[in-house]
Amino acid sequence: MRILIYMWEGLLIAYDALRAYKMRSILTTLGIVIGVTTVISIIALIQGLNQAFSSEVSAIGTDTIFIEKFSWNMQGDDWFKYRNRPNITVEEAELIKAFSRHAQAVSPEMQTSRTVKYNEKAVERVSIIGATADYAITSNVEPEYGRFFSENDVTANRSVCVLGYEVADKLFGTSDPIGKRVSIGGRKFRVIGVIGKKGAFFGLNMDAQTIIPVGAFQSAFGDQRRYVSIAVKVQSPKQIEEAEYELTGLMRRFRKLTPGKESNFSINKQSMLLDVYNSITGTLWAVAIGVGAISLLVGGIGIMNILLVSVTERTREIGIRKALGARKRDILWQFLIESMMICALGVLIGTLLAIGIAKLVAATTPLPAAITWWVAILGLIFVVGIGLFFGIYPASKAARLSPIEALRYE
Amino acid sequence: MLIKLDKIEKTYEIGSVQVQALRGVSLTLDKNEYIAIMGPSGSGKSTLMNIIGCLDTPSGGEYLLNQNNVSTMDDDQLAEIRNREIGFVFQTFNLLPRATALHNVELPMIYNGTPATLRRQMAEEALNKVGLADRMHHKPNELSGGQRQRVAIARALVNRPSIILADEPTGNLDSRTGDEIMEIFEDLQEQGNTIILVTHEEYIAEHSNRIIRLRDGMVERDESINK
Repeated sequence: MRILIYMWEGLLIAYDALRAYKMRSILTTLGIVIGVTTVISIIALIQGLNQAFSSEVSAIGTDTIFIEKFSWNMQGDDWFKYRNRPNITVEEAELIKAFSRHAQAVSPEMQTSRTVKYNEKAVERVSIIGATADYAITSNVEPEYGRFFSENDVTANRSVCVLGYEVADKLFGTSDPIGKRVSIGGRKFRVIGVIGKKGAFFGLNMDAQTIIPVGAFQSAFGDQRRYVSIAVKVQSPKQIEEAEYELTGLMRRFRKLTPGKESNFSINKQSMLLDVYNSITGTLWAVAIGVGAISLLVGGIGIMNILLVSVTERTREIGIRKALGARKRDILWQFLIESMMICALGVLIGTLLAIGIAKLVAATTPLPAAITWWVAILGLIFVVGIGLFFGIYPASKAARLSPIEALRYE
Repeated sequence: MLIKLDKIEKTYEIGSVQVQALRGVSLTLDKNEYIAIMGPSGSGKSTLMNIIGCLDTPSGGEYLLNQNNVSTMDDDQLAEIRNREIGFVFQTFNLLPRATALHNVELPMIYNGTPATLRRQMAEEALNKVGLADRMHHKPNELSGGQRQRVAIARALVNRPSIILADEPTGNLDSRTGDEIMEIFEDLQEQGNTIILVTHEEYIAEHSNRIIRLRDGMVERDESINK
């Protein structure tokens, strides 16, 4: 009860003092405002990124490995080193399918961009993917109409294609595309299936693609120097480590690499994207913490400074309060509460600004940046922590004043 | 016996020089007395007032206030004693400038945890007693000097202290307003309050029943006045 009275009185006194020096109080909070705005908006941004990233990355299963010339996680001049590696070939994909024990499905993937036409209608810049029948498993695509191509279609190099949802929609509308002949980059392909709506993956429209057998791809668009990646789906995510080991061994054998020689291919998997991602957000965190810490430190020193001025200015008031029976801790709390109120003001303004920034980011970019309940908790920690830490020195200075000298102060 | 001072000494150290402000002041004071402490500047009158008011502790001797030995108390205990036993009236009023008269009077009760409603009620009562019922929501700068001193008196009264300690209460007032204030003190004494008045003006001191004259840190004369 008594402590509540002190708190309430402390709040009133602090409110009074802040109102008496409006401009000074606002300027004092500026450091806190900048710090809080920075920290909270970067955290909101990271949360938005996390959400966006986890929904994107889940499109690649944790049970799929990609054998490629380049690594997904390249640092420094890795790119220049990897550039000179031999290209991955379709034959290597066939070998892996033949020899790997862990692989459930293996498909080479080649990719180009072409216009797909049907009669007068055309869809430009369609991503054309050359793959084998296993692609349906490795990329988890299921035709909504018709079927995916079979092993036979692939070995016979048949000119068949499976259209992405958007391509089929633009070319055929409501009519049935199955069995129709479309032109892909000038070559005729028979439509045998249409994939359901998949959405986008890292900005890549998955519905604007068309998949054809890899042999047909090579004869239509050439196979020299084309980038091939081999998608390997493992029986279960638990086997991913063993599979990685096995695939490395197989690839080294196919390429006749003697022990001690560096592998000239990369094994990529979902967790590497997480590594890349974490290194990016790690930097963001560091920036948030760095900028935040510096401005909160500056802000805190500002608060300490203004409180010291305030203690001097209000020496007489302190004397009066002490004469009337205020104990040391009453005066201490009075100034601590004032310090926390200044912080609270800064945190409030900073949080509002950060909410504005998050809203702006969410509205203008695909990142769902959002501020949630943890802001309140974070804000509270800021208020209590900074207010107490930087208030304690001026407050104890005030509390220690001798009542006689304080009363005599002009 | 309300107050018993026994050979009170107070020595200040200013640099390496020791200044003896009080050199063994002994004094007893009963409930409902009205005394004036007088003396020229440097006589130790302010020091004595600070000690009686529990704003300071003596360097030697013993001070019993209401049977409590104040001379050995620490700062926080002194604060509680001040809150409970002493009502201060200062020459310069010492009101909080940004607070209303009512809030100023409530102030001592904030530090003893009186609940808000009771606090307000008691503050209104005290202001009523000094005739300021209609000005209680005004701030000090909206009040005249006499009115400010009445607010201060209301504040001194509100906790029902054992002693009202007034330090030159009319020093900043014109003589007519000063007389009004002195009348209030007389009323207060009639109502049973104990008053200690510190002044250097003879005609103010004559309102009291007993005058204690200090010189060089010692009691020079202690005389009762017959009105």
